[in-house]
Amino acid sequence: MTVLIQIPTPLRGFADEQSEVAVAAATVGEAMEQLVTRYEGLRPHLFGDDGKLRTFVNLFLNDEDVRYLEREATPINGDATLAIIPSIAGGTVAEPPAAARAEELSPEEILRYSRHLIMPEVGSEGQLKLKAAKVLMIGTGGLGSPLGMYLAAAGVGRLGLVDFDVVDESNLHRQLLYSNADVGRPKIDAAVERLREVNPHIELTPHPVLLNSSNALEIFEDYDLIVDGTDNFPTRYLVNDACVLLGKPNVYGSIFRFEGQVSVFWGAKGPCYRCLFAEPPPPGLVPSCAEGGVLGVLPGIIGSLQANEVIKLIIGQGDPLIGRLVLFDALRMSFRELKLRKNPDCPVCSENPTQTELIDYEQFCGVPAVAEEPVLNDMIDVTPTQVQSWMNDGRDFSILDVRGPQEYAICRIDGSTLIPVAELEGRLAELDPSKLWVVHCHHGPRSTRATNILRDNGFPQAYNLAGGIDAWAVEVDPSLPRY
Amino acid sequence: MIELSPGDLARIRAHGEATYPEECCGILIGRTEKTASGNGAVLARVMRLVGAENEREDESRHNRYLIPPEVILRTEREARAEGLDVVGYYHSHPDHPSRPSDFDRDHAWPGYSYLIVSVREGRARDERSWRLSNDRSRFDEEPIRTPEPPPT
Repeated sequence: MTVLIQIPTPLRGFADEQSEVAVAAATVGEAMEQLVTRYEGLRPHLFGDDGKLRTFVNLFLNDEDVRYLEREATPINGDATLAIIPSIAGGTVAEPPAAARAEELSPEEILRYSRHLIMPEVGSEGQLKLKAAKVLMIGTGGLGSPLGMYLAAAGVGRLGLVDFDVVDESNLHRQLLYSNADVGRPKIDAAVERLREVNPHIELTPHPVLLNSSNALEIFEDYDLIVDGTDNFPTRYLVNDACVLLGKPNVYGSIFRFEGQVSVFWGAKGPCYRCLFAEPPPPGLVPSCAEGGVLGVLPGIIGSLQANEVIKLIIGQGDPLIGRLVLFDALRMSFRELKLRKNPDCPVCSENPTQTELIDYEQFCGVPAVAEEPVLNDMIDVTPTQVQSWMNDGRDFSILDVRGPQEYAICRIDGSTLIPVAELEGRLAELDPSKLWVVHCHHGPRSTRATNILRDNGFPQAYNLAGGIDAWAVEVDPSLPRY
Repeated sequence: MIELSPGDLARIRAHGEATYPEECCGILIGRTEKTASGNGAVLARVMRLVGAENEREDESRHNRYLIPPEVILRTEREARAEGLDVVGYYHSHPDHPSRPSDFDRDHAWPGYSYLIVSVREGRARDERSWRLSNDRSRFDEEPIRTPEPPPT
């Protein structure tokens, strides 16, 4: 079929000054490909580096927008006319305010940033962009440590920090912002103090709050760019959705055991986290670092990659990780890259979003963002002191430990039987259903699941040790090491 | 170079002030001519404006604007019927310099003039006009000329 492609006036210079070009093609996509094959100079103005039609370029086949037909697959029947029409979009996002941009670097700053300044990709212009930039870090833990250090050192003019946690001894193997003396202090206080030592020339803004749907937009509003260093799903979805609503980029990182992920989610330019994971996993399916562990150096690698992307976005250099998800495996020492597509039906970042405000993310994910004090369920939970009194009374009962063997090696309750929760259903025959059972894990979630499995399989007297072996160590046996 | 009447320039500035703190945008209709200098430079002569409603209905409206392609298609047809053409677009940058952002660069074609007016605290400040380089790597500024129309 012959299709007459109308060349937009400003692009005629790339097509021998012709206003119309006739090509033979079966689909709109084929016609466009023939056009840019014939006039290679047109290609970069119509197609992006990813080979896809640029988002502002629209095609009208016989005056009908092909977006409402079959897009590039729209068939061409009979003689047709194809018009190439721009839509006009623009914006000032991430453009630092002129006042800050006009600022100059002081002689101390010039010396401090000299290794940046001598590279043409950064230079004074890039360094001034860094100085004018406002970056908000969500979380000052494993990922937040390298992020905070590198962003502060790089001279990001204003660094906001959101955290509500207290430094725990178990943080110190990976959270290099903190040292022994900080244990028990609010993380945000210790972090601000440490980062001020790293770079006194920048502004540090602490937000010592629990991020939620009622405060996120207000906090995010003042920043150009958000970096997600959270460790839980409710906050991750909250950060994503707030960034999409405000049109801000979200530099995402996550870690688990030996593996990490990094991407840049930016609804205005590419996919968002929801395009990748529309729904959170069922509660309890994906363990947290506290449950599954994490290699101490891993957040150092992933957080540094996030810092790298933040700086690239600010100075406008290189290829940002928009539409790409990098997967890192520390054991194999391999990086893999997945191409991500924007989901045309994404509930938040598509053209017709079904969700246009923040929602209750704890309910959405079925888990609280912050571990709550366990609410005792009389029918299934027993407290460490109750179990201790059973022991003192010489009552006949058995203890089932459903943690992993590595955890069992760290500490155990004497006389307990070890069956990791994942193996429990296949090994029920090893247990006597007529006995009284106390089931425990580290903190309680896995053993609650295990106790339900036992109850469902004819163990009427299975009880869950509330708070796990950690509560046992605190309340009953202080000789046990805590982890 | 871009040439427009002082009246049209005042209208663009007023449009930016009216929509502040949101962006305004519109279409520049006229003719593109080669300049007399003969060095290949072009002169975009603006004969009239088409102000567009800001179509994007979301919270990022103050830093994004959009003229949908249907509007551009229609405007282009109407202009051609008069022997004119779309020569470029204008928009405002509320509380930002009149310099194109990276986003602007990703969403532009060479051959058009992109006139940006900076509006600070509700008042139009300066305006600058830009053309995308053929290799898409940068915007080059072009002079803005506002000759008085001949007396009638």
